[in-house]
Amino acid sequence: MKTICFYFQIHQPFRLKRYRFFNIGRDHYYFDDYANEDILQQIAARSFIPANRMLLDLVNLYNGKFKVAFSISGVALEQLEIYAPEVIDGFRELSKTGNVEFLTETYAHSLASLFDPEEFRNQVKHHAERIEALFGQKPTVMRNTELIYNDDIAEMVYDMGYTKMITEGAKHVLGWKSPNYVYQAASQPKLKLLLKNSRYSDDITYRFSNYSWNEYPLTAEKFISWIEATPPEEEVFNLFMNYETLGNIQLSHTGIFEFMKALPRFAFDKKIGFCTPSEALENHEPIGAMSVPSTISWSDEERDVSAWLGNKLQKSALEALYEMGERVRLCTDRRLKHDWLYLQSSDHFYYMSTKHFGSGQSQFSPYMSPYDAFNNYMNVLSDFITRVKAQYPDTVDNEELNSLLTTIHNQEKEIKRLQMELKTVIGTNEELLVERNKKRAKI
Amino acid sequence: MFGWEFPPHILGGLGTASYGLTRGMAQQPDMETIFVIPKPWGDEDQSFAKIIGANATPIVWRDIPWEMASSRLEKFMDPREYYWRRDNIYADFSYMHTNDLGCIEFSGRYPNNILEETNNYSIVAGVIARTYQFDIIHAHDWLTYPAGLHAKSVSGKPMVIHVHATEFDRSRGKPNPIVYNIEKDGMDNCDHIICVSNLTRRTVIENYHQPYWKVTTVHNAVDPLSPEIEAIERISGVHEKVVTFLGRITMQKGPEFFVDAATQVIRKTDHIRFVMAGSGDMMDQMIRLVAERGIAHKFHFTGFLRGKQVYEMLKSSDVYVMPSVSEPFGISPLEAMQCNVPSIISYQSGCSEILENVIKTDYWDVDAMADAIYSICTYPAMAEHLKQEGKIEVDNIKWEDAGLKVRKIYDNLVGGK
Repeated sequence: MKTICFYFQIHQPFRLKRYRFFNIGRDHYYFDDYANEDILQQIAARSFIPANRMLLDLVNLYNGKFKVAFSISGVALEQLEIYAPEVIDGFRELSKTGNVEFLTETYAHSLASLFDPEEFRNQVKHHAERIEALFGQKPTVMRNTELIYNDDIAEMVYDMGYTKMITEGAKHVLGWKSPNYVYQAASQPKLKLLLKNSRYSDDITYRFSNYSWNEYPLTAEKFISWIEATPPEEEVFNLFMNYETLGNIQLSHTGIFEFMKALPRFAFDKKIGFCTPSEALENHEPIGAMSVPSTISWSDEERDVSAWLGNKLQKSALEALYEMGERVRLCTDRRLKHDWLYLQSSDHFYYMSTKHFGSGQSQFSPYMSPYDAFNNYMNVLSDFITRVKAQYPDTVDNEELNSLLTTIHNQEKEIKRLQMELKTVIGTNEELLVERNKKRAKI
Repeated sequence: MFGWEFPPHILGGLGTASYGLTRGMAQQPDMETIFVIPKPWGDEDQSFAKIIGANATPIVWRDIPWEMASSRLEKFMDPREYYWRRDNIYADFSYMHTNDLGCIEFSGRYPNNILEETNNYSIVAGVIARTYQFDIIHAHDWLTYPAGLHAKSVSGKPMVIHVHATEFDRSRGKPNPIVYNIEKDGMDNCDHIICVSNLTRRTVIENYHQPYWKVTTVHNAVDPLSPEIEAIERISGVHEKVVTFLGRITMQKGPEFFVDAATQVIRKTDHIRFVMAGSGDMMDQMIRLVAERGIAHKFHFTGFLRGKQVYEMLKSSDVYVMPSVSEPFGISPLEAMQCNVPSIISYQSGCSEILENVIKTDYWDVDAMADAIYSICTYPAMAEHLKQEGKIEVDNIKWEDAGLKVRKIYDNLVGGK
């Protein structure tokens, strides 16, 4: 039986405020609260809230036969909790139906998998815990930032205890092969992979309301007939998209919600079902290994990481950031650790991309130019780095510091143990004293 | 073409731009250019255009022996041409002040009697228009509009005017009415207007009331550096980064904003120095301002730089800043980019419309400017990226392409008639 596997991505970065170099050392708050609140509430009203309601209706209407999955970055979760808690409530309700799966990803929607394996592991762990705390389910499927994937990442993910992962069905990797099967990682055969069907996903995300597209208008009936017409051996159709597709990228007047509502009915008519990524990966055996020596993602025509790592500005900013990783992990300051996460969001580096020159600046960027983005980010990072260095003397290197901290930590434990001992000794002494006094009194 | 300046004897951007364009257009195989200037010096490059001096064109018939004509004019032109031109004198100008050859003397600069000179220039244009065959008249800036119009009325050929700057730019919004009238008259009566930027195009449409379809933007370009200039090495005795302002120190160029930004940066850092190169009517005021701010220990004035010195200054800089308040195009950031110097320019300059690999700020946004200066001097990736990408970008801005756009306009005019 053919099944459609929907997964929706939700992410919003903590955008930085205008931070001039004269703020360095004086101002340690980096975020543009007004813009972040404004943007998030707008998206929530246009997309998340109506979409949650619609999905809940669909799940209830089809008695659990309609299923979807979400991946919500940690920074997005935090913003939703602050600015649009009703969206979190919506996800909770969806989670309770048992037909909605939550995936795990990097907490900060970061590029840590490419720069700092330890940070990557920490963030995934952190995110999985957060999802469990909020929605009461332990994620079993891994989704890396922007579907970034390569053979090394596959090994890392498997070593963290995950056997299921999703990524992009990049044409230059798959070649003639179809994304509508389950694959396994070449570097770690026990890791099963689910691949995005780019064509069908992008038909909905980008082409749905495009008048000049020869398939316009896209109806649910037509869409399902395409899936039905595929060879019978192809069973999983992975429609991975930004959740904002529903209502924000495709505005509600384009009919995107009606399309989604009609989709299950036509699917069930043609005996096409729905499943979550973990079900798809459990129910199918991998048909082959996928080897990805150079990194892929779901972005741009090239499906590579050039949108975040395409120029010198981006590389140097990322290097400067991850150089601090080890030191930050030794720190205990809570605000510092928060800022560390927020500064890692891939978006900051996306804004520095010069790939889109000429075709107009990226519509998502809050900056006038990539240089502006770099400049602002580096100023913030400079201040952040001084704060990190101020935590411990700069002259001590990380290894030494680590051992010193361990010593201090151990000594603390030792002191506590001795204190406890002392207490018991004093306690018994006191008891003895009391008894002796009693005896004396009797005498 | 009617122009006022031609390299190597140039006083401003006008000469460079009209030269570049002419040269770019000479790449087209079926293009022949006659370039009229008030006063040639004899050392102009005539390989791609024929240069005619207004001061070698008689307007009063004088009986000159061949020996005299050739000894006086050989340096500039074929003496026979003198006689051809003499045959086309069209009215009696003997009341005018002329020299022994029957020609008017021109300064070729911007003297106080500039209006008289433009008028004389247009009288001469009448003779030239009758002597030579041509299909299009192209006049560069208001000084030559009357001459162009005269040539048009004599020959009936279509006329294009090229606006390198308007009186509104030069005067920061308080135009001289006489100059304005000459400009307006030229624009009203020509067949097409070429502007060097959209900014200028807007001024022409709004302040000179021209229909938008008559006005086209053709952005300026830049000539590749000569090997001699390429070879100039960085000269700098200081270990600090050098931030440079280079241009006339006048209201239009916004020097006070540069000083303000410098003040912000110098107060906060100690690895950056500032240089204001050039001269102008606001120079003394700027020196006073720098002293008042107490930043004179890191802020230097060079005075007027000429020729090669300009490039020596650029090559010794780490950042080039052009905070112009109103700049029709502004070719100097392109030159800085050619020298691998990252540039910061104002949105109010025409070149910001085409440049990508520069930092743009509003001229009044001193904070942003200071921040950009700090960033380029502090984060090596920024400077490196701007240097490399800027060089690649500017090497692709060619006069040849600008020439093709102008050609298209010509073709429309000639074909339409």
